[in-house]
Amino acid sequence: MSGDFGWFVPVVLSVISASTPLLLAATGELVTEKSGVLNLGIEGMMLVGAVVGFAVTLSTGSAGLGILAAALAGAGMALAFAILTQILLANQVATGLALAILGTGLSALIGKGYVGVALQPLPKLTLPLLSGLPVIGPILFHQDVLVYGSFAFVAGVSWFLYHSHAGLVLRAIGDSHHAAHAIGYSVVAIRFAAILFGGAMSGLAGAYMSLAYTPMWAENMTAGRGWIALALVVFATWRPARLLLGAYLFGGITILQLHVQGLGLAIPSQFLSMLPYLATILVLVLISRDAARIRLNAPACLGKHFHASG
Amino acid sequence: MFFRLEHRGQHSALWTYASPLLALALTLVTSALIFALLGKNPGVALYTFFIEPLTAQGSLAELLVKAAPLVLIGTGLSLGFRANVWNIGAEGQYTIGALAGGGLGLLFYGSNSALLLPAMILAGLLGGMAWAAIPAWLKTRFNANEILTSLMLTYVAQLVLIYLVTGPWRDPEGYGFPQSRMFADAGTMPILVSGTRLHLGVLIALLVVLAAWGLLGKSLVGFQLKVVGQAPRAARYAGFSDKALVWLALMLGGGLAGAAGLFEVAGPIGQLTPQISPGYGFTAIIVAFLGRLHPVGVLFAGLLLALSYLGGEAAQIDLGLPGAVTGIFQGILLFYLLGCDILIHYRLHVGHRAGAAQPARATS
Amino acid sequence: MRRRTFNKLLGATVATAALGRVGLARAADPFKAGFIYVGPVADFGWSHQHDLGRQAAQDALGDKIKTTFVESVKEGPDAERVIHELAAAGNGIIFTTSFGFMNPTIKVAKQFPKVYFEHATGYKQADNVSTYNIRFYEGRYIQGVIAGKLSKSGVVGYIGSVPIPEVVMGMNSFMRGMRTVNPNGKMKIVWINGWYDPGKESDAAKALIDQGADMIAQHTDSAAPLQVAEQRGVQGFGQASDMIKFAPKAQLTSSIDHWGDYYTQRVQAAMDGSWKSQDVWGGLAAGMLKMAPYTNMPDDVAKAAQDAEDGIKSGKIVIFSGPINDQDGKPKVVEGQALSDSQVLGMDWLAEGIEGTLPK
Repeated sequence: MSGDFGWFVPVVLSVISASTPLLLAATGELVTEKSGVLNLGIEGMMLVGAVVGFAVTLSTGSAGLGILAAALAGAGMALAFAILTQILLANQVATGLALAILGTGLSALIGKGYVGVALQPLPKLTLPLLSGLPVIGPILFHQDVLVYGSFAFVAGVSWFLYHSHAGLVLRAIGDSHHAAHAIGYSVVAIRFAAILFGGAMSGLAGAYMSLAYTPMWAENMTAGRGWIALALVVFATWRPARLLLGAYLFGGITILQLHVQGLGLAIPSQFLSMLPYLATILVLVLISRDAARIRLNAPACLGKHFHASG
Repeated sequence: MFFRLEHRGQHSALWTYASPLLALALTLVTSALIFALLGKNPGVALYTFFIEPLTAQGSLAELLVKAAPLVLIGTGLSLGFRANVWNIGAEGQYTIGALAGGGLGLLFYGSNSALLLPAMILAGLLGGMAWAAIPAWLKTRFNANEILTSLMLTYVAQLVLIYLVTGPWRDPEGYGFPQSRMFADAGTMPILVSGTRLHLGVLIALLVVLAAWGLLGKSLVGFQLKVVGQAPRAARYAGFSDKALVWLALMLGGGLAGAAGLFEVAGPIGQLTPQISPGYGFTAIIVAFLGRLHPVGVLFAGLLLALSYLGGEAAQIDLGLPGAVTGIFQGILLFYLLGCDILIHYRLHVGHRAGAAQPARATS
Repeated sequence: MRRRTFNKLLGATVATAALGRVGLARAADPFKAGFIYVGPVADFGWSHQHDLGRQAAQDALGDKIKTTFVESVKEGPDAERVIHELAAAGNGIIFTTSFGFMNPTIKVAKQFPKVYFEHATGYKQADNVSTYNIRFYEGRYIQGVIAGKLSKSGVVGYIGSVPIPEVVMGMNSFMRGMRTVNPNGKMKIVWINGWYDPGKESDAAKALIDQGADMIAQHTDSAAPLQVAEQRGVQGFGQASDMIKFAPKAQLTSSIDHWGDYYTQRVQAAMDGSWKSQDVWGGLAAGMLKMAPYTNMPDDVAKAAQDAEDGIKSGKIVIFSGPINDQDGKPKVVEGQALSDSQVLGMDWLAEGIEGTLPK
């Protein structure tokens, strides 16, 4: 640690680990919502991802397999949601909430045997030379695969949505499923894919919790982060780049308020603990004033049923 | 195609009532399988889950006590959801309502006035409305999405509660523990049937359901709520004010959630503590949709969910099933209930049949 | 099935009395003991330790008793119903293991005068309600001694859950222990305003380390802070259970909640009719609190820790004896005096050397 920046690097590292699970889950949910589907079950999918990722890593010794399994488990949960909402046209809000309840219970049942078991944290991947740079080395080039992944997914999703044909179709379906259907796109199939992607990303977010952030399994260990991720998609006004801002704003202020507490100021800690929530509202208000712009990004069919017969 | 759904054009009166029954039957079969896998006698387990919490008068009272806040909040939310206003922060409105009404009870701790409780109820209502007014104002003035603002304010409300009960409102005789005084009798919800916990709030919840039913059926406001939800553009052409509806939806949802919060703290809990809700504000969202956004449906949905909680506790006590099974069971039950509703609007065709091409349909 | 109606039970306490005696009358039927937990048994913290206690009682008394538990019961409106259900299900003794269950326990106890109730961490007793708790703060003192010896920066980071006397007395006790060996020792506090959020607990540990703490203590449930200590090359103390598996190099010791013997005794007393209402606040001497092995430290430090432990057990060390100043340097306890138990139980001030504030 060098000179005056001694405090800087560890603080940024804390912010990164607090923000990464939010970013991963929110990126997945953003794709789901862009296709016109609102899945409120992030918390449940994250928990199942967390416990499955932990269990598989522990039994196979391979964090790679654990991460893969977590993504699959999240997608598996999302599959149930997709069948209900896309084929059986069940209400999305209620089904998502039911998924959260189911995932909480299921993860607890799966995890019974893993309580109190320790695991090595996910290894950091170091880029030679670059990671030796002062300040930016440890921040940018000495992270685990899921942190790198969280940035890659934001970039990838951003490119996909706005620069690929498939992304155009996805957005079209989210904005007007009738029109997209009339042109000949399979609304249900594409929404299925978007929902499964969202689930897989929630699974990864869970894996980050149980493998890297706090390498352990404990019931309900996500402690409400799925809900924050959901809010962040709204915060980002459905634009991937803004998710980065939102996740790091929220994670950053969470860490900041802990540091302010450590300074021993005469402010009740509860008021400091409110700051991340209040700051998110404040920034949302500031960026929401341009109503037309938001309407442009918000998927018009969000939460609505689609059924094509014949 | 192996099976195909065909829109009925008009919703099926039969399946409106039959689909929940089918869902229950499917839940019974599925959960019987799960219980068998867990090594429990499926018959006994199902009895424990579904029948035991209903078998005695006292248990029925408990069921109503548990269902009341869900029904009350769910009714308010369902009216708002009809207008596509996504208030998912009822939990926070519940908390602030409890604080506003409960705070009044603490302020007039020595009072024996018969007006105290009505004033507390009013304060609870207003407290919930005030908390919901923040997302309403931010939505109508700054266009800020209410999903985010109402959810974030829930966490803020919880922290306000912790601050007050660990600090200024702490019971002076409570050894510094994080709780207020117990409310005096004048500030406590009266019990309707002695020997039970059935309190006045349960009755009020039922009356609110009836009132909401009337509101939807007859009044202009109910009509507006319906139209806006079903065809927002038509509503706008018809001159309904978007902003007024946002306010109305959030005030209804927030007010009833606030009242529910007050009923709980001045009723079964009897004081302010750091934990005054087992997630009622969130569960009520499910209740609202499960009840198909109709007050009477909300009533039944609230009772069913309450039953599933009581059944889950009975299953732990009598069968030694882990608490996690309750969540799984609830999830499955909800999935079937939500999934089976399709039969109300659609007909299921099995096998091949060339139907006339129909245009795509969407419902919100 | 075995549940009785409210009315029956209330109207005819005789029936309840008979219910409570069933276990005595018919030796073949096991005596039933119920437990209610605020968290999941799999929290590896508070509720987990209570469940280990239940299992210990079950093992000790074998098939003479049958234990039942309900987990994740939220404090608030649900608690009274669940306690009532346990009583109605024929449990002769019921342990309610969270502070928030206090008033519900008292209410239900009035309706079931022949059922014995045991409420953990509260202060309200009745003829059929006992209270019990562990003097967790005794372990904190020993931790403070170790930290005073080992901390190079002289700054301890303490992760608090919610600012209540239980937590505050632990902080003050830690500081007392620390200042016996390092008169300039300091403590920084971060509150997470909850009991359980592994992620936030680890964030808090990181923040404290970044602010110069090289010892981490916690009054929250998960092993996450110790994991952070292990990764960051500092040391710390476990909570509720032995967490050495999570931090083989970082854990110095851990205060272990040990409810099993108490539960066994009380269930036994309920069975043989010798149960009496009481208020038990047991610590190291009573065996309700145990210290995990003193590891990862030089022998002289381990010896100092052991001496402190022995001193507390024998009564030679009285933790809250004067002189004690509060954080502003004002005398709180004068030389030659010591705080009574009820003063300790209501502690709402921080001792000298602690930075941070309490809500007033």
